[in-house]
Amino acid sequence: MGIYLPIAEMSVNMLVLLAMGAAVGFLSGMFGVGGGFLITPLLIFYNIPPAIAVATGANQVVASSISGALAHFKRGTLDFKLGTVLLLGGIVGSSLGVYVFSLLRSVGQLDLFVSLLYVALLGTVGGLMLVESVQAMRRAAGGNAASLRKPGQHNWIHRLPLKMRFRASKLFVSIIPVLGIGAIIGFLASIMGVGGGFIMVPALIYLLKVPTNVVVGTSLFQIVFVAAYTTIVHSTANQSVDVVLAFLLMIGGVAGAQYGARAGQRLRGEQLRALLALLVVAVALRLAFDLFVRPASVYSLTSLAGA
Amino acid sequence: MLAGRAALSLLFLLVPLAAQAQMEDPNPERIQIGLSTDRISITSDFSGADLTIFGALDNADPLIARQGRYDIIVVLEGPARPVVVRKKTRVLGMWINTHSETFMNVPMSYSIATTRAMQDITNQQSYRRLALGADYVTVSPLDREGNRATIEEFTAALRDRKKATGLYSERIGGVQFLSQSLFRATVHLAPNVPVGTHRARAFVFKNGVFIKENSAQLAILKAGFEQAIYRWAQDHGFFYGLFAVALAFVTGWLGRIIFRKD
Repeated sequence: MGIYLPIAEMSVNMLVLLAMGAAVGFLSGMFGVGGGFLITPLLIFYNIPPAIAVATGANQVVASSISGALAHFKRGTLDFKLGTVLLLGGIVGSSLGVYVFSLLRSVGQLDLFVSLLYVALLGTVGGLMLVESVQAMRRAAGGNAASLRKPGQHNWIHRLPLKMRFRASKLFVSIIPVLGIGAIIGFLASIMGVGGGFIMVPALIYLLKVPTNVVVGTSLFQIVFVAAYTTIVHSTANQSVDVVLAFLLMIGGVAGAQYGARAGQRLRGEQLRALLALLVVAVALRLAFDLFVRPASVYSLTSLAGA
Repeated sequence: MLAGRAALSLLFLLVPLAAQAQMEDPNPERIQIGLSTDRISITSDFSGADLTIFGALDNADPLIARQGRYDIIVVLEGPARPVVVRKKTRVLGMWINTHSETFMNVPMSYSIATTRAMQDITNQQSYRRLALGADYVTVSPLDREGNRATIEEFTAALRDRKKATGLYSERIGGVQFLSQSLFRATVHLAPNVPVGTHRARAFVFKNGVFIKENSAQLAILKAGFEQAIYRWAQDHGFFYGLFAVALAFVTGWLGRIIFRKD
């Protein structure tokens, strides 16, 4: 079943896109991630121009994160103050990212930069998670419960100035690293079309020592708004959001996420993390393969923007 | 013997006459083409199409027509836009875009239909002179003073990539004579056909010699809904973005309500 995408200006198979959305939604529901890191590369493999894949991916992340954010809001496992400071950083990072994005596109190095970022980040995060979850599984087998938060332990981050108190997180930290983490996530969101949860969650836990019960909610809160902001900025600056494409992905994604969440409940935490790590590493390897293996044609065409 | 010489001299007499007749044909062949519509709308279920163009060859010589020595080439040429061709080379083991060449006025699409294989109709010189065919259509590099070999390499790559994506296509036998003077041409519209003003051109050849061409315009547009979305995104990017975000909010929220079991 073909459908014509008005912004991408091409005809695609509607069922493929719905299935793609559902598969990614299932995985994101299962692992509690936004799924942007899967959607954007999949769209690029499906020949959607990278610029449109990234901007539309950001739009899809809004839909897939909002329901999780709402759930955490109702349960009260969300630190608004921390989320807002992260968001401020995120907006700065995202604006910078959209500017860098346009710049890279005009010199023809956007695809390379996006691929390199994906390979480096997903490879590192996936690798670390894999090691951590395997260790946790060993410990669980040995009978000791794994604990991520080690209270009372402080690092150099807690000695920075401009401290602020975040009650819901029981934290008293400098806002510099908070803004910094937010900005990095915002930058990645606008260049890679991801929510950035896979970086934010470990950063909040390991660097800021945010309690795990508010981490996911706060991260989702920031992601929803940074992804929304990124969508609007891409749409204003590059006109690269394809709403028809995004809507198809959202429908598939929202439906898939509910089933994924139920499947996820049957697995243990460290098993889930190990599976997610494998998935992340697989995406990184697939992208690395394209970078290092001789392409079918060394030539490519781009139409000049603004013509 | 005598009769033979007479015939020979008659032949000598006839040759210049025939040549003259060809030069100043009082009734030169003319070609006409007609499109059933001057605009095509791309609707949401568009996945490529065939476009049929009818045409007539006026004042055709019946003898030549019967011998099948009239050939017709019909081209549907898309709007011209600038294109950058990039080349990847291996840097530190990775394939990275390192060289590029910009071309002005590259037809975004080029569909050709012919009565016979291109090389059987006329020679390369004629095609080059007429800039006819996917291999000869004019693409002009922005930097004319550049290295000739490089420009040729990138020009070839441009045509090759266009063919690979199906935007430059050729259909041998796509033009058929329905009668001595009436013909029908079928050209392909790729699923990713560019929107804009396309030009249909028909060329007639007699014994491999180009005689005449004619053209007609065709607008390929997005249909109402697709066009409205596209225009909205172009003209009001900010509000379009707001709408996209609102749609995402509503979809995510509705999904939660519909699928929630707890």
